Amino acid sequence: MLENHAKLMHFFASSDEIIGRKKLQKIIYILKKCDVPFEDRYQFHFYGPYSEELTLRIEELCNLGFINETREEKKNYYQYRYRLTDAGKDFLNHYQVELPDIGEPVAKMKEKSSRFLELVSTMLYFEHLPREEVEEKVFTVKSKQNYSEEEIEDAWGFIEEIRHTTH
Amino acid sequence: MAYKDEKLNEEKVFKDPVHRYVHIRDRVIWDLVGAPEFQRLRRIKQLGTSYLTFHGAEHSRFNHSLGVYEIVRRIIHNFEDRPNWDPNERLLCLCAALLHDLGHGPFSHSFEKVFKLDHEDFTQEILLGDTKINAILSKVENGFPKKVADVINKTYHNKLVVSLISSQIDADRMDYLQRDAYFTGVSYGHFDMERILRVMRPMEDQVVIKESGMHAVEDYIMSRYQMYWQVYFHPVTRSAEVILSKILHRAKELHETGYEFSLKPTHFLSFFKEKPTLKEYLELDEAVAMYYFQIWINEEDPILSDLCERFVNRRLFKYIEFNPNLQMSEWMELYRLFNKAGLNPDYYLVVDSSSDLPYDFYRPGEEEERLPIHLLMPNQELKELSRQSEIVESISGKKRTDHKLYFPLDRLEEMSNRSKTKKRILEILYG
Repeated sequence: MLENHAKLMHFFASSDEIIGRKKLQKIIYILKKCDVPFEDRYQFHFYGPYSEELTLRIEELCNLGFINETREEKKNYYQYRYRLTDAGKDFLNHYQVELPDIGEPVAKMKEKSSRFLELVSTMLYFEHLPREEVEEKVFTVKSKQNYSEEEIEDAWGFIEEIRHTTH
Repeated sequence: MAYKDEKLNEEKVFKDPVHRYVHIRDRVIWDLVGAPEFQRLRRIKQLGTSYLTFHGAEHSRFNHSLGVYEIVRRIIHNFEDRPNWDPNERLLCLCAALLHDLGHGPFSHSFEKVFKLDHEDFTQEILLGDTKINAILSKVENGFPKKVADVINKTYHNKLVVSLISSQIDADRMDYLQRDAYFTGVSYGHFDMERILRVMRPMEDQVVIKESGMHAVEDYIMSRYQMYWQVYFHPVTRSAEVILSKILHRAKELHETGYEFSLKPTHFLSFFKEKPTLKEYLELDEAVAMYYFQIWINEEDPILSDLCERFVNRRLFKYIEFNPNLQMSEWMELYRLFNKAGLNPDYYLVVDSSSDLPYDFYRPGEEEERLPIHLLMPNQELKELSRQSEIVESISGKKRTDHKLYFPLDRLEEMSNRSKTKKRILEILYG
């Protein structure tokens, strides 16, 4: 029962607090691309890979009282924070969640901006293509973001680092 | 004349209950409709198992695909001569609209969950592989199949083109909401599409709605909301989906443990092992799947036989509302009791959640998770829909999730009235 929900709760247990819905979406996608067995299905959207399933599952966890969501009003938008509740911790105790230790990669990703994680997840989305084509795709589908060569280089390094920490 | 510009001598029209007529003039579109991979969509129902709840819901992905094509054709007609619209993208848009659901398999939702498949991967394979569809698209121009694949995959460079087929107010949703409402017979799902098409404006990277059309869009959002609860998320349909998924799990499990089927599941073998080839995938449509379910009713394995009989004859599981937070200990007790009663809980005690479904609500995309619907204000500024519409704002804030516990009440009722196990199970389920 609720295996995929339990995996997400385990993720929140490993990450203390996640700030930002976009960041949350991209972190789970990057972990998934590093073979962490999340099953939420992603599609490419305007802002990179996005999973409606994940959004709904988080909403379910909030409504069940397993995850706490707080909303803060920023200048032009709202920002959301997520944290595992005591009821969530209690539920997790009944579960044997089979996930690798993801504390370190999650901590590394939390330090990065959502803009950077959008770049990394977009590159991973096209990773089946040769490296030059991946970069070309990023410049095409993310033309408005104006990513620099340097950011792309950083992203390649970050992908390698994250892959290393999840294995 | 180049193939891409060829027109039929006379316009072909398909009678359509939703759009009245679907008009085809381009030779390319006519050829695509005739391709076997597109004709196969006649054998895939648009709403999967919903026909067990709404008896009229037998319409196919073929109907829907033609409908999406027709809506895009009308939008493009309205866009002609408007700024930001590139008329050279016309044929690409029409092809992508027609072919966007090409990779759907039988009862796609359950099959994809159980066998860990994604119909979008198969759409790409059909467009780019050794298929009739690919041969037709390749005749248009070099690289054209890839362009169509990119639009459907939402990675095409022109985001305006992508947003026609896939956004929060796109031709896909506008067709399926109206079509599903028509065939299920519900009175929700209706909105003034003609008005929406008239107030759509092409911008550099998205379609936006002229502010004066806000009320027509509110109606569309309301209809999406009501269809979700009344049709897509109907608990009886979910019961059928639960049983279907369990049939597939059971057949796979039996195959893996060396069980000898009286009818060898030839068409399922590649699904059980790993990802099927495109040829194998295309050979399994709903007619073939239903044939196996019918035959498996006579299998020796009591679980597979029972589940198939339930699915074919609509003897579905009953359900109660379930809160995994408050009722965790009850669930654990039920799991033990079902085992004691000889009902394998892995097949007969199932929690189903709203996130298990492939439909969604409108989301304002507050943190750029997803592009929202934008209104074009008189001063040319763009405003997100829910910031302008109180109706949309109030719907966006509603609790929209639930969990249900499914089980075969008939099997419990068959147990002796003196059974303490039965008594306790019913006590937990119904209080």
